[in-house]
Amino acid sequence: MDELLRDFLTETGESLDRVDVELVRFEQDPNNAAILINIFRLVHTIKGTCGFLGLARLERLTHAAETLMGKFRDGMPVTGEAVSLILSTIDRIKGILDELETNQQESPGDDADLIGRLSQMAQHAAAPIPEQVPAAAPPAAAPAAVEADAAPAETDKAASDAPERPAGEAADRLASHSIRVSVDTLDRLMTTVSELVLTRNQLLEIVRRHDDSDFKVPLQRLSNVTAELQEGVMKTRMQPIGNAWQKLPRIVRDLCAELDKDIELEMHGAETELDRQVLELVRDPLTHLVRNCADHGIESPQARIAAGKPRSGTIRLSACHEGGHIIIRIADDGRGLDVSRIRAKAIETGLAGEADLAGKTEADICNFIFAPGFSTAAEVTSISGRGVGMDVVRSNIEQIGGTVDLSSAPGAGTTFTIKIPLTLAIVSALVVEAAGERFAIPQVAVLELVRAGGGGEHRIERIKNTPVLRLRNRLLPLLYLREVFALGEADRDTGFVVVMQVGSQVLGAVVDGVLHTEEIVIKPMSSKLRHIAVFSGTTILGDGSVIMIVDPNGVGQALGRAVQGQMEAIELTQSEEIAVDEKVALLVFRAGSQRPKAVPLPLVTRLEEIDCRRIEISDGRHLVQYRGQLMPLLRIDGDGALKSEGTQPILVFSDHGRSIGLLVDEIVDIVEDRLDIEVGGGRPGVLGFAVVKGATTEIVDVGHFLPQAFEDWFHHRNPAKAGAARRVLLVDDSPFFRDMLAPLIKAAGYQVTAVGSGEDALAAFKSGNPIDLVVTDIEMPDMDGFALAQAIQSVPAAAGVPIIALAAMVSDETIERGRTAGFNDFVAKFDRPGLIAAIKEQSAEATRAA
Amino acid sequence: MEANRNETEYVTFTTARQLFGLPIECVQDVFKPSRLTRVPLAGPEIAGVLNLRGRIVTAINLNNRLDLKTAADGKPPMAIGIESGGESFGLLVDAVGEVLKLADGEREPNPVNLDRRLARISAGVFRLDGQLLVVLDVERVLDIGLEAAA
Repeated sequence: MDELLRDFLTETGESLDRVDVELVRFEQDPNNAAILINIFRLVHTIKGTCGFLGLARLERLTHAAETLMGKFRDGMPVTGEAVSLILSTIDRIKGILDELETNQQESPGDDADLIGRLSQMAQHAAAPIPEQVPAAAPPAAAPAAVEADAAPAETDKAASDAPERPAGEAADRLASHSIRVSVDTLDRLMTTVSELVLTRNQLLEIVRRHDDSDFKVPLQRLSNVTAELQEGVMKTRMQPIGNAWQKLPRIVRDLCAELDKDIELEMHGAETELDRQVLELVRDPLTHLVRNCADHGIESPQARIAAGKPRSGTIRLSACHEGGHIIIRIADDGRGLDVSRIRAKAIETGLAGEADLAGKTEADICNFIFAPGFSTAAEVTSISGRGVGMDVVRSNIEQIGGTVDLSSAPGAGTTFTIKIPLTLAIVSALVVEAAGERFAIPQVAVLELVRAGGGGEHRIERIKNTPVLRLRNRLLPLLYLREVFALGEADRDTGFVVVMQVGSQVLGAVVDGVLHTEEIVIKPMSSKLRHIAVFSGTTILGDGSVIMIVDPNGVGQALGRAVQGQMEAIELTQSEEIAVDEKVALLVFRAGSQRPKAVPLPLVTRLEEIDCRRIEISDGRHLVQYRGQLMPLLRIDGDGALKSEGTQPILVFSDHGRSIGLLVDEIVDIVEDRLDIEVGGGRPGVLGFAVVKGATTEIVDVGHFLPQAFEDWFHHRNPAKAGAARRVLLVDDSPFFRDMLAPLIKAAGYQVTAVGSGEDALAAFKSGNPIDLVVTDIEMPDMDGFALAQAIQSVPAAAGVPIIALAAMVSDETIERGRTAGFNDFVAKFDRPGLIAAIKEQSAEATRAA
Repeated sequence: MEANRNETEYVTFTTARQLFGLPIECVQDVFKPSRLTRVPLAGPEIAGVLNLRGRIVTAINLNNRLDLKTAADGKPPMAIGIESGGESFGLLVDAVGEVLKLADGEREPNPVNLDRRLARISAGVFRLDGQLLVVLDVERVLDIGLEAAA
């Protein structure tokens, strides 16, 4: 399209919208010369441009309208009829503009009808005006007149003309400070800035790894500038919500005429800004709601007077910011919703049964008006009551991540409250992991996060094969994101449960890990992927990779409806809650006695079967050639004779390149069970007893055997020679982990004090016991690892003590959070070599620093 | 000279041992796809999505799209960046060849015996020395949803 023509169309469209608003204002306030001048100027500009572009039809029409308005300016009384005529002229102009936009040329046509009426009205008015003395307006020109009185208008105009002009000039000057930029340009700019942000993040990550880099300071500046730039570009996309309201005064005016009602439209907070994309999307729902208020809400003038209300009804439109949202309220002072009629209608249309409704509150019943196919208007009017609308309003608003709510008081009116995000472009999202892939879940849908299994108080249970989670007094239906996405079978018992609100229902999505939250820039889904209901878009993460954004509604659909009903029926009481302990995979075996023994599976490096003939004896110790090394073999129970034939199963434990083999008679099973360990077996090498699969089982202390195998174990590992940190405080709420890790750290040559909570750890510091290093679990009740780390730093005696965190999940985000909290290092919970290495490294560093 | 005016340049590539050509004006860029993110529940023709300089590109596995067997030589695929309807796509192919200038007059309609899988997406063929170059019709390649429905 011709550039000039396109500019003309945009500009004229905007001007006309303003004329609409101004005219309605003018009709109510015909003495306001400022408004009139404004309208006149707008129409005049349109006329001028039309002439310039050779748009003859438009030019003729605008000319006729301008002439009539010129008469008003010269003092002709303003009548409702005249305003209606000008409004219909503007409608015609809009029609021609639409055609111009599609066909790029004016459609042929003759507007003689309108032009005739316009000039007739202008001429009729022309004669009487000069003679007009305080007399009434001539009936011929303005039969339905007349709120206006010509003479005062005249004087008013003269009076207000002078002060008005400078204001107009100011506006003109202001206009020259703004330029028109195409939305494409802005969108491209936005993309470029997003790219810049990503690059910045990458650079920051690199610099983080090199402590004393020269880049640090300039990069910090770059970082700040980037943030400002991002904010600035976001701002260019913001528009006042008033832009979406512009057509409303006109609509309400037309409705008044059509319905024979008297309605005033008040608008507050029109300057509230929101992203233009959101603005476009709320325009229609807003219009619909205002129509609805005018049609259903406000009573006829007679009814209002009868009810003791002012004759004229009011629709109040307001907007304001609240957090990251914008709240729009549409309130009328009409009759309010008729709850009994909605109830009847709900039953009649089969939306609900009598019994269902009995237990519902009035507010719940009112919400039925958002149900598809619902309308209480007794008569179908052209404005509303066609049974399409409110459901569409709600779904449109929900589509952009908003909510719509209503409250109503009989006789006093109805208020709709719409809450929508400021921008669709950027939302806060929770990044989760399922089957090794990352996904973003919009934060707005997430109610809470619960860790299931793995030591928390929550456990995934099953009712008729439906996984559920007991959460407070409710059973929450669960689904495994991994399975919803067809990424394979899920680990049924452990994971993180993302509790989501989907419409009116709450469900839990089980994921393998929760990584962090991130402000994400939403990019639309490819048209080839849009059919996949569980995703709503894609986004680029800080590290540059693309991930899918989960649509909670789509996920909700994956949950069978039958299941929901079943779930909702089951309410639990607090007393039924079951204390659940940590689940651990255990390797159960027999060695020596018949009593089963077990060792935590993650500690075992490998299971092997060796040929008994390969076992050698040297210095009274049993050895076997294993992977190019001589590996010592140990028996758990004393020194009974070894088998001399056949094969011998062994459990191989490796640590720091050294391995030992534990000789066992038979490997029985691998059991995943929660472990209630009775600590204190009395015997060395036994941590304690636990009931595993109904049998009392000895839990073997691997830490006991490691030093046995290597006499030099302590010498080899003892870092104390250098006078380095030696006293380690181990903090873990799980006795199992305490008992497993303490011997390990001991075996590496440190003194270990193990405590069960952050509070105990702080007490240990305060009691004055020298502590050189802290190893702490992150997830603990009451005071978690982060809080502990911060608390330790405020204890003077603990200044500079290195802290190592044990985490079940190590993500970049936790590491980052940990660094700020004061952790010196992070180790995964089962990474024993990693833990020992970290202890070594940190104590060596502490020594250097000292 | 006269013939020159009616020549079209084609970016050629092979996939599943078949030579294809795309008019050069259809091709935005050629790149090595990296960090491809799988899209769960998407059809086999969607290899995933990736970030190419801030744009999200939907990668199409052309071999799967055409039901052609992948030559399992383990070489990483190349991607041909194309644009359609304001969206970016990357066609994953085995190897990208040279740009050929071919006379429009020599382009022939699909031979009747052309493999049906190729015929679906072919906008004609060129008989080159010893092999057939199939001109890819981008729109038909991208017409994934409709075909699945049919």
